[in-house]
Amino acid sequence: MSWLVIDFPQLYLNRGKNVDALKVVLKNAPLSTKNQNTKDKALQLTMRVLTSFRSAEIEKAVNTLDKLEIDMLMKYVYRGFEVPAEGSSAVLLNWHEKAYAKGGLGCIVRVLTDRKHV
Amino acid sequence: MSQVHSFGIQPISIHSFNENHNQIAFSPNNDEVHIYKSGGQTSGGWEKEDVLMEHGQRVTGIDWAPKSNRIVTCGADRNAYVWTLDSGKWKPTLVILRINRAATCVRWSPMENKFAVGSGARLISVCYFEQENDWWVSKHIKKPIRSTVTSVDWHPNNCLIASGSTDFKARIFSGYIKEVDEKPEATAWGKKMTFANLMNEFSNGGGGWVHAVAFSASGDKLAWVGHDSSVSVVDAQNNMSLAFVKTEFLPFITFTWVTENSLVVGGHDCCPLLFNYDDTGKVVFMNKLDIPKETQTKEISAMKRFQTLDKRATTVEDSDLKTLHQNTITDMTVHTGDRGSAQKISTTGVDGQMIIWDFKSLESSIQGLRIS
Repeated sequence: MSWLVIDFPQLYLNRGKNVDALKVVLKNAPLSTKNQNTKDKALQLTMRVLTSFRSAEIEKAVNTLDKLEIDMLMKYVYRGFEVPAEGSSAVLLNWHEKAYAKGGLGCIVRVLTDRKHV
Repeated sequence: MSQVHSFGIQPISIHSFNENHNQIAFSPNNDEVHIYKSGGQTSGGWEKEDVLMEHGQRVTGIDWAPKSNRIVTCGADRNAYVWTLDSGKWKPTLVILRINRAATCVRWSPMENKFAVGSGARLISVCYFEQENDWWVSKHIKKPIRSTVTSVDWHPNNCLIASGSTDFKARIFSGYIKEVDEKPEATAWGKKMTFANLMNEFSNGGGGWVHAVAFSASGDKLAWVGHDSSVSVVDAQNNMSLAFVKTEFLPFITFTWVTENSLVVGGHDCCPLLFNYDDTGKVVFMNKLDIPKETQTKEISAMKRFQTLDKRATTVEDSDLKTLHQNTITDMTVHTGDRGSAQKISTTGVDGQMIIWDFKSLESSIQGLRIS
């Protein structure tokens, strides 16, 4: 994961640019790697980015994403459900609601059918 | 107006019309094939004419050859039967497919001298009639299909077969049989057409079983719908460019081309949707074809209101879907016209209904709907 050498997401988060951080984690999600460690690290980072948003900001952030990014976001939401942390599910449910409003049922179906997992 | 016919409460899994559309063959999700004739007295009514009961297990595919008036059916009992009309009765001829799993789908070739059967045995059986022995012979297309074949379709040149499979791929094979076919000319899909030659293999990169495949009327485009709620089109004339759209709807199970550039899909959303493959090479969603009229709220008595509030926590009694189909659309065929210019299409669903959609009346009743 070359992009983690310079931790762009953390840099963006530090500067309060959480929408940019979100775009970076979604665009660079490690789908093709077989390394579970890589995937776990990416998941933790994405969870950090997702929880950094205030509830009011989520809808605006989702509106800036394109179709592929919404599909990726939904994948991470469901993956995040699998490993619940303190208070994470509430935040994820909020993301789920906004992502579903934009991506529809097809977006959720693709989380189930896509062969590449996050 | 779309004509709605209800054939009972059993789901209709597949249907096929005869050439004049006055007869329909369908299976009510069991081992029988029902033949109905459109009745004379009751306008729009259908009368049961015959029940074909040769299959031992669920019938999975029916195709009615328009010119030769033969029906081919295939079933989960690993058999296929070719039915011919003999003095008013349908007589079956068993076709030995030599498969060890269920057959899943069947299609007559355009010239009706062959038919292709997809199966769970990970192969396609192409069957033709051998005159000397007076029986149907089957040849297999195996490589490189890795899983159940869910749907097959023939190219207008009577030789190429498209297949969709649960290994997430759509493929084009050559079904050229030298005993019954003339040597085919090269098409945009390739030159070498020895039997079972894999011409092309496509996938839209996601996952999801391919539920249905079909060539466009000219044969130059191939489209398929998958369980990842996507519609994909490959254009052979345009450098095999692949275009797909991953939609926000529930997955589609069936579709049909209605013009050279438009297709209508249907599936778990119970509503036919119109998609267009435009000049820029993108698949674009155009319109829903089933827009319900706004129903006026009926006057409900106060007592009824409190009763429903008690039982269902809502004051509205309505539990029907707003679409005409009350359950998944399982099969869709062109009713009047052909794939290049369809005027009417018919859909059947799990709700036991068969609905005929008339594009002229749809274009006038739905704003902005133009099928081109």
